[in-house]
Amino acid sequence: MTEIKDILSASRELGWVLEPEAKRVCSLAGLTVPRFTWATGVDEAVRFAQGIGYPVVAKVVSPHVLHKSDVGGVVVGIESDEKLGEAFHRFSQLNGFAGMLVEETLSGVELIAGAKVDYQFGPVILLGMGGTGVEIYRDITMRMAPLKEKDVESMVRRLKAHQLLEGYRGSEPVNLKELTRMLVAFSDLVMEIEGLIESIDLNPVLCSSRRCVIADARIMLITENAPNVPGIPK
Amino acid sequence: MAVIGVSLSNDRHPANVIYYKNHLRYPVKVFPVNPRGGVLQGERVFAHISEIPEKVDLAVIAVRAEYVPGILSDCIQSGVGSAAVISGGFAESGRADLQDRIVAIAREADFPFVGPNCLGIYSPTHMDTFFLPSERMVRPDPGNVALVSQSGGILVDQMIKFAEQGVGLSRAVSIGNKALIEELDFLNYFAQDTGTKVIAFYVEGFGKREGRDFVLAASQCPKPVIVLKAGKSSGGSRAVSSHTASLAGDYETFSAVFSQYDGVVEAKNEFEMVTFCESLSCYQRSIEGKVGIVTGSGGHGALAVDVCSEHGLSVPPLPEKAQNEIRKNLSSSVQTIASLGNPTDLTGSAVDDDFVFTTSYLSRRPEIDCIIVLLLPYLPGITSDLGARLSQVYYQEGKPLVAYVPHVEKYRMLIEGFELSRIPVSPSIEGAVLLAEAMRRAKPC
Repeated sequence: MTEIKDILSASRELGWVLEPEAKRVCSLAGLTVPRFTWATGVDEAVRFAQGIGYPVVAKVVSPHVLHKSDVGGVVVGIESDEKLGEAFHRFSQLNGFAGMLVEETLSGVELIAGAKVDYQFGPVILLGMGGTGVEIYRDITMRMAPLKEKDVESMVRRLKAHQLLEGYRGSEPVNLKELTRMLVAFSDLVMEIEGLIESIDLNPVLCSSRRCVIADARIMLITENAPNVPGIPK
Repeated sequence: MAVIGVSLSNDRHPANVIYYKNHLRYPVKVFPVNPRGGVLQGERVFAHISEIPEKVDLAVIAVRAEYVPGILSDCIQSGVGSAAVISGGFAESGRADLQDRIVAIAREADFPFVGPNCLGIYSPTHMDTFFLPSERMVRPDPGNVALVSQSGGILVDQMIKFAEQGVGLSRAVSIGNKALIEELDFLNYFAQDTGTKVIAFYVEGFGKREGRDFVLAASQCPKPVIVLKAGKSSGGSRAVSSHTASLAGDYETFSAVFSQYDGVVEAKNEFEMVTFCESLSCYQRSIEGKVGIVTGSGGHGALAVDVCSEHGLSVPPLPEKAQNEIRKNLSSSVQTIASLGNPTDLTGSAVDDDFVFTTSYLSRRPEIDCIIVLLLPYLPGITSDLGARLSQVYYQEGKPLVAYVPHVEKYRMLIEGFELSRIPVSPSIEGAVLLAEAMRRAKPC
């Protein structure tokens, strides 16, 4: 917990936590994250990609870029050293470039796990169908933290798309045990750090029949001033 | 009771209205207070609270906001038990400082007060601090529902709706700015109050973390708690930097959190509020929501099924054998035309006995845990006795029964046949389904 709190305090001025560090926080809290590296040079990126095997995902790391895909800061399905190098060079032109996140390619149903410290109700946990369309489908459910295992079951049941999670028309069901473990661990993390955070998006979380992996994590912190970041475009 | 702030020259002053209605119409002993003393309608006006020769349980304070701190201190020093601060002019109009002062004064002395900026307390047949002339108010019958509201106007309106729907009231409290005593305090109080069986709240917003405390307490409360929240649309498109913050707006969070606990029922609007109160004031029990529908018109049955399915109530089909059993016992004119699959449509030719038999029969069916009777009093075979007769069925069989009857004066006797036996009746089909829905959402008591 000390390392988690150190990371959060160090990010306080920025108002949010850079993705590699947010993933470190998740990992320390017992959540599953993809194998990743924070590369500051092409060689380092390539070495890592070769080690885990292509295809990989590359994302820009920059304190000026909260919404990476809006600035072309995410490339998926990278198949070769060359393409990875290209991505690195393009990212290095972006404002505030501080390296590149390289990580394994994941598959599964896209979910969002979120947290918000609500003024009236304190910490609440959100579960929903995730991805970039999360605010269009709005298929979400919320509960006050801390969550117990049986709370997660009832959250899943309340999603309109719950059949997609339970195996629909021959598709494999997601591992509900892993999903439950993840959400309960997430809720425990949120209870520990609620005094420091404003909200968290784990989006998407890719859930398969084997595991639930946090593909992206955004931790918004409480700042003295309003965080110096743009809103999500509607 | 002391009423502080009566006017010697203006009889429409809120304090005067409060003084007169209690003095003339309630058993409570009431003393008018004004610093200038004098005589009001032949009664002595006390210049100071300390001059009142008896122990005062409640001081109703209706003076200008800036005088309230001093008067509150006087009340405390004079051994008054509590206060209702009717006066406005505090946090709601930029004087949070003045509000903080009265809270500090009260806290230090462990002195309870409701308000400020409120109507206070209406306790049927006991006392009433609402500054509304009695003849202008619509007063529901005394009953077992307690209403607590941040808005005085909504509260008085809900009382009208209670009266219209025949829902009885145990107490109505307008808490205004709820500077000291808030929803949670009243929840705890009414949870203990033997005269209250259902506790209903109109909430505009909770203070910091108070929503959490409230919902946790409500989920432990042995009585059904109903909440209507105002302010459902989000306040403009505030830029937020996470999806969660955007999706979990104030109302979305409120509604999600309230649905998390059995027994805490969110009413989406005023109609649901009064309907849920009506149902749970009659039945403090929980059902799974397996509805049997008895109707004299196929259309009514079909509409009721639609509303049931919208609300997640099921209308289980009746087995052939059960249908035959009912059919055998119907009057000969409907035997061949009734459609009994559930909804059981007895048709426009049905008579009272057909309704009574079918309702009793469904009451004994295990696949059904609640019965909705859709009564069309204009059918020639229906008499005004049917309300009372069907109520009897409930008392014999013990399965919750709710009814729809159009609420017009000429059907009054039929409606009272139900209401006097504490069977809830709605003026609409949707309302009748909501009466059942309330029980599905209430937790087992």
